[in-house]
Amino acid sequence: MKKILLVVAVVALYILHQDIWFWRSSYLVFGFIPIGLFYQACFSVAATLLMWLLVTFAWPAHLEEEVEQTKPGEDAAL
Amino acid sequence: MIPAIVVFLYLAAVLYIGIFAFRRATGREKAEDYFLASRSLGPFVFLFSLFGTNMTAFAILGSSGHAFNNGIVTFGLMASSSGLVIPLTIFLIGTRVWALGKKYGFMTPVQMFRDRWECTHIGTVIFAVQAVLLVPYIIIGIMGGGTTLYTISGGVVPFWFGGAIVAMVVMSYVFFGGMRGTAWVNTFQTVLFLCFGAIALSVIGVGMGGFRSAAQAIQASPLSSLLTRERISPYYFFSYTFIPLSAIAFPHILIFCLTARKMNQFKKTVIFYPLCIMAIWLPCVFLGVMANRVTDVPEIRAKQEARRVLATQGRNMLPEERDQLREQAAGDDVIMHLLQRYAPIWLAGLLGAGIMAAVMASDSQILALSTMFTEDVFAFYGGKTRFGESVQVQTGRIFIILITLFAYAIALRAPETIFELAIQYAFSGFASLSPLLIAALFWRGSTKWGALAVALWTASAVVAVAVFQEVVPAPAPGPSTIVWAPGGVEILSRTPGGTSVFGFMPVVPMVLTSALLMIVVSLITKKPAASTLARYFGDRNR
Repeated sequence: MKKILLVVAVVALYILHQDIWFWRSSYLVFGFIPIGLFYQACFSVAATLLMWLLVTFAWPAHLEEEVEQTKPGEDAAL
Repeated sequence: MIPAIVVFLYLAAVLYIGIFAFRRATGREKAEDYFLASRSLGPFVFLFSLFGTNMTAFAILGSSGHAFNNGIVTFGLMASSSGLVIPLTIFLIGTRVWALGKKYGFMTPVQMFRDRWECTHIGTVIFAVQAVLLVPYIIIGIMGGGTTLYTISGGVVPFWFGGAIVAMVVMSYVFFGGMRGTAWVNTFQTVLFLCFGAIALSVIGVGMGGFRSAAQAIQASPLSSLLTRERISPYYFFSYTFIPLSAIAFPHILIFCLTARKMNQFKKTVIFYPLCIMAIWLPCVFLGVMANRVTDVPEIRAKQEARRVLATQGRNMLPEERDQLREQAAGDDVIMHLLQRYAPIWLAGLLGAGIMAAVMASDSQILALSTMFTEDVFAFYGGKTRFGESVQVQTGRIFIILITLFAYAIALRAPETIFELAIQYAFSGFASLSPLLIAALFWRGSTKWGALAVALWTASAVVAVAVFQEVVPAPAPGPSTIVWAPGGVEILSRTPGGTSVFGFMPVVPMVLTSALLMIVVSLITKKPAASTLARYFGDRNR
């Protein structure tokens, strides 16, 4: 369930990147930042939060365990 | 000339770091130490060097130049989409490649592909495609170096000489320091150019008398579209989200993923990547747009005039005349003109060094090409067995000299702006190769023939786009030239900035076709042995 929610969050953020609703607006937030630029900056902060969620709740720790279990020379492909 | 001197001091510092790393190396003749720093990078160096590796000249010069002519759309096009896609791919793919590298000793992506798909010469084909696509990325760095030194010195240091100096410095510390030197220099450079944005924004903001009046003046002028995304279509904007897929497919990024001491070191990189991108791109894009309000810098006025003539009279001009005007209107050096106008001389020098830091990110690409050549070709075809590991490392060093000279020679002749050159060839090509990684790591059913199909398709598509754009001249700003529209459906067009396929950038059909080819060809060809699949995906029968 946790993983499904995270996948949904990733897809949702990807869709939110296409902010066609501010496409033609030249409104200035705080009197100097164009709204389209302000929105995309907020999007970057949201992406950071999403990455934190992924690292916290979906970290592939098993990969590191597999590496530690592999003795030197064992399974060597090269 | 003082800013140029500060930049030269910076270059000397960078050179010293690279050579210092050479002295610190413990196993100088070991390939794994030279090419991967013995897989021992700590969390801080790993975060900043991996990020710095991915930021090239276009992060500062290209982004502000693109924003100068196209407006705020530049940030959403490349920066914020990268802030989502790149850390996601590092999280999903980078960690897995790191684990496989630790387990099986891989030093390049092609070594992994050869083992995963049980192939030999197909791996060499993939190497060739990667190598050819990586060269433009190196050229960007040298061109950026030439442009930066030329502008900062007020034209005293010519483009060819500036490019030569940057090429020499990069070549030297990569030659001596290998991956350790490159990572340390990258860390130093990343800290420098992360500071660049905030300082440049403050200094130029104060110099312009605050951004509020400048932004409101643009809003009230015919240039108000620069504060919106009107100049770019939503299809084009959507297409750009495919470009960051290239990051993880770039060999230098994948090879960097192999240098972490522990997998936990990926965590900070994944989390802070979007913020780091924002810290650099947001000020640069904003300043690029605001530069349109600057009226007392002759070089910027000349660019605005060239853009105006192109927009109003471009349709009646010859293609060569339009290209010339485009070159004049290109804004790659606009941020440096702003610094020269508004920053005190000593600070302009320091900020110039910050720009230089971003420009010189071509070091890891040069090292990656050398690693790939020595591992995927020299060692694979028996050179290591015959001549030993020490000769392998020396071969890598000679390769570094040759590839730098080659890139420099092309940089002197390359006609495109930094941004266009990077996007149209290197980024689209590597994005198109990304299905290789996804298939190798996540799909048992993928085969070497599917991989070959993807590599050949990518090479053909990149060549086709380049030929198409050479044959059909770019139209004046406005409607694109429709080349193929059977039954009124617009399939292929030449746009002022490139090519459009069904209204999308070529990268979209390139990536989708790659994925389709991987699936279809793999389904009808023989899979690798069960024992190989078991090493990658576990044993199904167990």
